[in-house]
Amino acid sequence: MRLKSALLGAAAGIALAPAAFAERGADGHLNIIYWQAPSILNPYLSSGTKDVESSSMILEPLAGFNEKGELFARLAEDVPTLANGGVSEDLTTITWKLKPGLVWSDGTPVTSADVVFSYEYCTHPEGGCSQAARYEGIQSVEALDDMTVKVTFTAPKPNPYNAFVGSTSPIIQKAQFANCLGAAAQQCTDANFGPIGTGPFKVTEFKPNDVISMEANPNYRDPAKPAFATVTFKGGGDAAAAGRAVLETGEFDYAWNLQLAPDVLAGMEAAGKGKVINAFGTLVERIEMNMTDPSPSLAEGERSTVKHPHPILSDIRVRKALSMAIDRNLLVEVGYGSAGRPTCNLVPAPEMFASDNTECLSQDVEGAKALLEEAGWTDSDGDGIRDKDGKKLSLLYQTSTNAVRQDFQALVKQWWTEIGVETELKNVDASVFFGGDPGSPDTFQKFYADVEMYANNFDGTDPEPYLSQYLCDKIPGPDNGWQGENINRFCDPAYDTLVAELARTGEIEKRAEIAKKLNEMLTKDSYVVVPLVDRGRNSAHSNTLGGVVLNTWDSELWNTSDWFRVK
Amino acid sequence: MLTYTIRRLLIAIPTLLFISLVIFLILEMAPGDPLADQPLTVPPEVREKMRAALGLDQPAWVRYLLWLKQFFWTEPLHLVDSLFGTAFADPTGRIVSWQFRAPAMDIIWQRLPQTLWVVGLAYVVGVVIAVPIGIISAYRQYSWFDNLGTFVSMVGFSVPTFFTGVVLIIVFAVNLHWFPSIYDTTLKVTDWESFLKQARQMVMPVTVLALFNASQISRFMRASMLDNLQQDYVRTARAKGMSEKVVVLRHVLRNSLIPVVTVIALGIPTIFGGAIITEQVFKVNGLGQLLITAIYANDLPMVQTLTFIFAALTVLFNLIADVLYGVLDPRIRYD
Repeated sequence: MRLKSALLGAAAGIALAPAAFAERGADGHLNIIYWQAPSILNPYLSSGTKDVESSSMILEPLAGFNEKGELFARLAEDVPTLANGGVSEDLTTITWKLKPGLVWSDGTPVTSADVVFSYEYCTHPEGGCSQAARYEGIQSVEALDDMTVKVTFTAPKPNPYNAFVGSTSPIIQKAQFANCLGAAAQQCTDANFGPIGTGPFKVTEFKPNDVISMEANPNYRDPAKPAFATVTFKGGGDAAAAGRAVLETGEFDYAWNLQLAPDVLAGMEAAGKGKVINAFGTLVERIEMNMTDPSPSLAEGERSTVKHPHPILSDIRVRKALSMAIDRNLLVEVGYGSAGRPTCNLVPAPEMFASDNTECLSQDVEGAKALLEEAGWTDSDGDGIRDKDGKKLSLLYQTSTNAVRQDFQALVKQWWTEIGVETELKNVDASVFFGGDPGSPDTFQKFYADVEMYANNFDGTDPEPYLSQYLCDKIPGPDNGWQGENINRFCDPAYDTLVAELARTGEIEKRAEIAKKLNEMLTKDSYVVVPLVDRGRNSAHSNTLGGVVLNTWDSELWNTSDWFRVK
Repeated sequence: MLTYTIRRLLIAIPTLLFISLVIFLILEMAPGDPLADQPLTVPPEVREKMRAALGLDQPAWVRYLLWLKQFFWTEPLHLVDSLFGTAFADPTGRIVSWQFRAPAMDIIWQRLPQTLWVVGLAYVVGVVIAVPIGIISAYRQYSWFDNLGTFVSMVGFSVPTFFTGVVLIIVFAVNLHWFPSIYDTTLKVTDWESFLKQARQMVMPVTVLALFNASQISRFMRASMLDNLQQDYVRTARAKGMSEKVVVLRHVLRNSLIPVVTVIALGIPTIFGGAIITEQVFKVNGLGQLLITAIYANDLPMVQTLTFIFAALTVLFNLIADVLYGVLDPRIRYD
């Protein structure tokens, strides 16, 4: 009997052997290149996406999003929902439970105190936390016991998955950051450059804006992962060089966000060393219409404010005609190739929130012309430009400086000229345009132009905060220092009411229905926002790197624990 | 000479203060925002708080005086502390970079070796090949060697490094696989193998920069030699029956080197400035790349500190060049 069980055990051991090849660190070294170099490894003090993504290999939140935008538990035992009782009936609390036996990479246990501390760290008024928005509307975060954390909201929150969800709000170690609260956050260089985490890797050396050296976390919760023993995470250069290093020379295994012309990328891929992968999220390149008058003849402080409605664009027929004249398919072909698709929606994804609005996809120049005639804009003096009451149909079209955007401007100008609209083009350096300096006349918030083009998206999968940007009270103006996200100065009481209804609705199907309606009110019902391209993301990995799943809902490096070397 | 040097050093103080003010004002007036890289999903109230945490809510003159205090008082004290293990400096008062939320000087020290190795070596290589080329070109003026030298230096001088760099990468990294296209800054030279690796990754950036430096200096060398070869003392030396070797290398070369040494000395601060473009192309990530990324990120404390250090080095090497001039040429006396 003894012998038999010993033999059985041996047989079982042999049977299990093939699975054991997935041993931690068995696949050697991994090389990742980001052409924007990480500056800091603490996402709460980050200055951009590159910092958040690089630190996502080290720090983890309670739950994250997978490639389909679905929530899955990371440090939490499972995702709390109404159904499993984790979210209270009145939608005001959510209770998270940590996985048992979790330890930090230094071997100490992860407890609810760390979770509470992460909240305190980011919400400290003097800390300047970049991710403070994720902790908005929270009344308190308390530890019920060592493993349980209860978050109480100030009002019912139909989408309670902001705090501690996704790579932008990870759990940091209390013991390491305890002396780094508030203004002291700046002094904690060692902690900011080498956070202790729970992720598959830990930092061995960090050279800011240059390179991160990492090794497998010896205390990672899955003893078989990660497959790579060490990682070099190089930053800097440009997208073309990063693409070349993966696709042509094979020096690197993974390159992030290759914003390159479609033909350039195809040429690199032809070298046969790697593959370009793409995925779509919620980033939409759009033209925004200014509903107020940006005329320089108005006094400073009155330009582009609600005091003066736009003389031309206040008419929906003009806005619609401008949209109809655009050939979105051509824009995609010229600018984005496989990393773009034409869209008429402000909220293009997740699928359940995306409206089936496709009317704008086919260009209709004749229809646009007819609509302008109907609106009273005719070419009375025969110079090719329409006019009405002695005023020319002439628009100033601004965007940030970027090769693709300037191509788009040129194409759109051509189509608008065809329908008799004179267009003046302007481009502003991105750091100024998006900088938000209230003293500059060239920011996208000030909108001293008739139409402007840029791209925006929303965090995670819930479009509510995004759609609430278009509320009447979020219009930027001199009284609020030009801060405010309602760039178009769109104001519709019906829209405001519907957003309020969305905020009260917990049921996911109903939320989707309302979100679709809101999206349509901004796009096909009013043409205040004219979406052009749903922009996906191109990244590349070498043929020898396996397990890569491109995720646009969370960090691209969300599953590095599953990456392996193809042999 | 000593009084002259001391006088020049004293004049340098107001000059540098003025330069620091000009740099600060230019950066202050320049458009841009350190939060421009933040995703648009970060709401305005959060941005306001982040700005305050960076100290941007203070008026400009306060920030300027604070920077002066940090640069001329706290940072030197900190240096003393780290050298002698003392504790004079206030650890919270250092110049903090906005991108890294870490002391700017620490990052600069970290970057310095890479830059000195690649850019410095390229400068040395450039000088070493430029001087003989200049001498031969001048001595055999209009020969095929001179014409070739002129052609190569024209190419080296007029073709930008971002072009030569990418051409080298495509030929030697993409097609031939001889050298890596991306510089590994984590490589530590410990044995023969890692030394070879280091040498291999330095070949392309050093070649690109050395070509650029050599073409500049060889032209100076050639012009200076030509000036001297026409002089009467050269004819005298030949008339005295000296060999051509002695005439050229003793008499002419020595005199011709005086202006060239000045040019070389004045070029040394540019080594510390790094090679912004070449560093980007080969991902050497030294001081040049640090400066350009700081400019893109509107990291004003970092840009201010770096540009000021470059300014100070330029002033210093100007002085050194002037003093060298006096040392090398007995005809020149400052007192």
